[in-house]
Amino acid sequence: MAALYEATTLCVLNVGPGGSDSGISGIEPSADDDQVVVTDSARSVTVYKVSDKKALGSWTVKQGQTVTCPAIYNPQTSEYVVVTDSKVSADVWRVLSVPDSEPLVLFQRGAVRRLDTLLADPQQPVENVLPEEAVIRWSAVLNVEQQPCLMFLSEQKGETLLLMQRRHPDSAARYRLEGGEAPLSCSALPCDGGVRLFCLYSSGSVYESVVPIRGAGGVVEEVQPLPRTLLLNLPVGEGKLESASAVSLDDAHVALVGVPHPSAGPGKDFLCIWNTNFQTLQAAKEMAGRIYGQLWCSCGKLYVPHGKSLSVIPFKCQKSSLAAAMGKLRQAGSNGTIASAEEVQKKVSAFLSNLKNLHVIQVAAGGLASVLVSRCQEQPGFYPHSALVQLVHSQCLSYSVCPHLLTLALEKKDYALCQFCLQVFPDIPEAVACSCLKAFLSESDGTLDTVSLERDSVAFVEGLIANSTQEGGETQSSMPLDMKCPVGLHKAVLLNEILQVAYSDCFLLLHLKTLSAPQVILFLQYLQFLYGKYSQDLHTQVSALRSPAMTQILDWICLLVDAHFTVLVMAPEARELLSHLHKVVRLQVKVFSELGKIEGCLQALQKAKQSGDVCQYSIEVIELF
Amino acid sequence: MGEFTVHRVRFFHYMPSGICAMAFNRRTERLAVARTDGSVELYSRTDHFFQEKVVPGRQQRSIQALCWVGKRLFGAGLSGEIAEFDLDNLRLKFSQDAYGGPIWSIVCNPQGTHLAAGCEDGTVKLFEILEDQIRFERNMGGQKGRIISLAWHSSGTKIAAGMIDMIKVFDLDSGNAVQRLLVERGSRMQQSQECVVWSVLFLSDIIVSGDSAGKVKMWDVNTGTLIKNHQVTEWDVLTLSVSQDETSLFAGTSEGTVVQFQLLDVVLGQEEKEWVRTRTFKNHTHDVIALAEADTVIISGGMDTQLVVRPLLDKLDFKSRDSSLLKILFPQRSLVSCAKKAGLLLFQYPTHLELWRLGDTEGHGPPGCILPVSRNPEKLLHLKIKGEDHVCCSAVAPCGEWIAYSTTSGIRLYRLQRDNKNVSITKVPKLPKVLRHAHQLCFSPDSSHLYGTTSSAVHVVALTSAGCKFEHSLKPKSGSTHPVRLLAVSSDGKFLASANSNSEIHIYNMHKLKAHCTVPVYRSGVSAMGIHPETNNLVIVHADHQIFEFSIEQMQYTDWSRRVQKEGLHHVWLERDTPVINVTFNPQNPNHVILHDSYMFCIIDQSLPLPDRKSQFHNQLTLKSLPEAERLKHSHAFKECKLYQPLLCVDMLENQSLVVVERPLLDITTNLPAPVRQKKFAT
Repeated sequence: MAALYEATTLCVLNVGPGGSDSGISGIEPSADDDQVVVTDSARSVTVYKVSDKKALGSWTVKQGQTVTCPAIYNPQTSEYVVVTDSKVSADVWRVLSVPDSEPLVLFQRGAVRRLDTLLADPQQPVENVLPEEAVIRWSAVLNVEQQPCLMFLSEQKGETLLLMQRRHPDSAARYRLEGGEAPLSCSALPCDGGVRLFCLYSSGSVYESVVPIRGAGGVVEEVQPLPRTLLLNLPVGEGKLESASAVSLDDAHVALVGVPHPSAGPGKDFLCIWNTNFQTLQAAKEMAGRIYGQLWCSCGKLYVPHGKSLSVIPFKCQKSSLAAAMGKLRQAGSNGTIASAEEVQKKVSAFLSNLKNLHVIQVAAGGLASVLVSRCQEQPGFYPHSALVQLVHSQCLSYSVCPHLLTLALEKKDYALCQFCLQVFPDIPEAVACSCLKAFLSESDGTLDTVSLERDSVAFVEGLIANSTQEGGETQSSMPLDMKCPVGLHKAVLLNEILQVAYSDCFLLLHLKTLSAPQVILFLQYLQFLYGKYSQDLHTQVSALRSPAMTQILDWICLLVDAHFTVLVMAPEARELLSHLHKVVRLQVKVFSELGKIEGCLQALQKAKQSGDVCQYSIEVIELF
Repeated sequence: MGEFTVHRVRFFHYMPSGICAMAFNRRTERLAVARTDGSVELYSRTDHFFQEKVVPGRQQRSIQALCWVGKRLFGAGLSGEIAEFDLDNLRLKFSQDAYGGPIWSIVCNPQGTHLAAGCEDGTVKLFEILEDQIRFERNMGGQKGRIISLAWHSSGTKIAAGMIDMIKVFDLDSGNAVQRLLVERGSRMQQSQECVVWSVLFLSDIIVSGDSAGKVKMWDVNTGTLIKNHQVTEWDVLTLSVSQDETSLFAGTSEGTVVQFQLLDVVLGQEEKEWVRTRTFKNHTHDVIALAEADTVIISGGMDTQLVVRPLLDKLDFKSRDSSLLKILFPQRSLVSCAKKAGLLLFQYPTHLELWRLGDTEGHGPPGCILPVSRNPEKLLHLKIKGEDHVCCSAVAPCGEWIAYSTTSGIRLYRLQRDNKNVSITKVPKLPKVLRHAHQLCFSPDSSHLYGTTSSAVHVVALTSAGCKFEHSLKPKSGSTHPVRLLAVSSDGKFLASANSNSEIHIYNMHKLKAHCTVPVYRSGVSAMGIHPETNNLVIVHADHQIFEFSIEQMQYTDWSRRVQKEGLHHVWLERDTPVINVTFNPQNPNHVILHDSYMFCIIDQSLPLPDRKSQFHNQLTLKSLPEAERLKHSHAFKECKLYQPLLCVDMLENQSLVVVERPLLDITTNLPAPVRQKKFAT
């Protein structure tokens, strides 16, 4: 598992005009693990002590000059190196610090010099390795087999090249990235016999390429193709990613910023750590304010500029395996072959039939469902309907064990699963029940009627509707009680399930207010229909295992009217409805006042009987048998 | 079966007293309960909380605390005296002034060698317990502030004393206060009101206190710091009780609730434990003043006068009579004596006696009707007791001409003369000296003799119009010293049976004035007995509801008794929760035995078969609905009637009419003081 810890703010950003630029051009490690050099994209360089959130020192260049590449720390000389106005003898792209060695200077046209040799002769001529139209997108120096290895990406004419250079033995190689398009963000890690390159593309995909390092030296002029494998395919919503950044943390984890969280709504930005082996989201932290698509990693901490501040987030990645609860599915995942929906279904059946202990099954089934749901969220094509239904049917799940299941079912418009969840889960929050209600009300009857729902509840509604059509003709005079069912058969079934969900009225009231007026009126009409049926005692003729109780119907009517009273009063189409309901209430009040009178009479009777009883002495006759 | 005329009497205004202290003796399994009238009752835990003994009360005696030391029972109260109760003679053994003002609390040390008394003057007084007395040893503390509650640590070296606004811990070696724990005052309006620490417990590593701010607090013994604070009630926490293994404790509050705390694992399977408030019982309407924990039950008592025995169901494995809630509200002895020939009732109140003549009717009517009363009942006598001691027993002779009562300080015998309207009463002088006081009194059926018991002996006094004359004393051969609980005389006056609190029944031949035989001892206490007028069979009912019939002449159990034991009594009969308190017989039908407890009376027809396990026990309504010819086939021996309740007395007069003395619960509750005010909806 990976974890993100509490974020701290290192400094306030000097956000550029328009707010599209974070104002930071780079963050580099400094003299020790607790220090970083932050380079302002304008004119200043600041060294911070991270644990104290304190600036140790700051330098500013002269008015009119600009810092054009991030400052680095040169541990050899204990100096900070920065380039102003791009210039030495040619335009400089970056100064790159090399572990245990002299920093390297990478020119914009691809030439490389050691810093000390460049400083010894600043006016030395610099060759052009890249054509003029080529642009460097990314560069890095890694220690591979105890030798520094410089690599950078250049984009030219619709293709992206990776150039690698090593000093000992002197070698250079060029690779063409598959796909052509330049990645949004890159990150590299050394591995056995080469370098792993992670690229994030604007489609939301993360690819990995392994760049081999050959032992022999020599310059390979021809461009070699560099194959890639897909690691992650992240949902990006509509459109493409614009500003996002990925940093590989270790061989299994990658930190991403600017990619939407799979289960959070739009408009929220997260820093996420994904496991690339299992394609699972390991940790996420919401970043308040605008994200600039920038992310640095240094000494176990992530640096993210967002909003008006630069946050430092320590993280930890452990060697991960999917939760033990996944059972057999784990092997499927870690083997790299992802089980299809049918296989999952089979394994779930086997899993459920194997477990006998109820307590164990509850924990395990919850874990399994969560894994399946999160996989569904990651992989748009994957949706094991029958496996999920089976899990819900096992009665081992509850809403809190797997909170995203019901939402997922709603998203996928899997109304059959929704119905089972509503029936089985004892702890559905009012907000979710309400969103189900909204979805059911706004879905067209035609779509719903194609869904196969639980038979018993369908039969119940069928019975109700059949009764209403039979007797509709003869008893029209008895006003609101007889009406046609205002919704389709399956919609009625689903609404009945909503009626039977446990709720607390003050919470529900809040969420009911979000219903639109047509939805409210339709629902009220349906409730009125149900009430009419119930008060005719027709429902007792229709037997069903589960059916809404009269009190549940009345409570819902009250809540709906409470939540939308003003709207209903104003809406002309609700007038008839309201007047019918009013008649119903008046009828009830009448009945109750009659009952009150009866109660009074009975009490008087009882009192009369008692008063004869309280005397201190009496002589009675009893008979025993 | 037959019709009965019933005199339904409700003019006995019996009023129980509130419970003010309790002490449970784990070794003997006896519960001592002190009431506000100064009386002390002893209940046997092993015998379904049967009330074995009663030490009668006394005016001005208030008991604040009871304490068992081995088999000895000590009590102390606001009179400032520490007293030991003589449980054989049911009176005070001695009492000794502690000279510290009113005493609020006494405790004994775990070794049982010393008593500590918490006094009004702020001192804890230590007394050494000697064979027949206690001896003052020394004082601890004492500048000011009364000591309300005390608790002795199990090591015996420390005492915690609850005071006003604080708890002090005294070290017994030095005699000094070593810790002072300040108890904060209530947060509600009375910041200015002092906080009384009503109760403290000294567990092995914590001190627990209950105070008038409604809090139960746990303090660390070593550091004296507050560990945990539970707000239990808006009112006072009056009493605390802890289980022997110190894993569960109870707090009684002014609201009438009993709150349980348990020492539970914070995390399952780990060592760390915490006191967690677990259950709340509400069985009282008024303050719970005393609590006692007896392994599987929690016993509570308070101002509403009832003793509630609440089983802790987590400690019981199966359903039985012990697993149901038991409320003891009525005395388990008869306070009414009935002169069967004269139709008189004698009511025994703590400080006076009332003699009533029953009314009469000339009407007849079908079952269920109320007959017109042609002569109203009449109060003939209101006899105030001399002295401060309360009445412990009383009796009226069957002819209605003699009345006797006893207190712990003396017996009085009166001769009553009635002509048409006037009642005159004369005290009979010169009662024999040997009869200084009696636990039980009764007259012979021909009213020629008075039998009185002191401790285990029965004294016989002959009555003549001239006066009285001591005839003989009968003592059990076994030499048992247990006090006599019940007396029964045969109607021919030949036999007298006495049952003591140790369930031993001795039968004496009164013609020969010598012991006749003894009945085999049964494990449960004798709650009622009576001798059949024709067969001289002794019917004995025990606290566990078993019924025996013993033929006195043949000195063996009768066939009917053997049949009852063989077939077993019906489970409905065995599951009743109050014991039978009177046995009487129907003079017209020798097969009828009439028994009653607080909630029913029952006529047993010995000629009918016993109800078997499967048959319906309460079958009166069924029988009523059947045609007469079929009734016999369905009827069984037990004819239970629950028409009248709660019952204090059921007896049968010579003219075959029943007398039932009822005491409606409502009349008792309306006479209780008002409970603490609780906010109820819309008030």
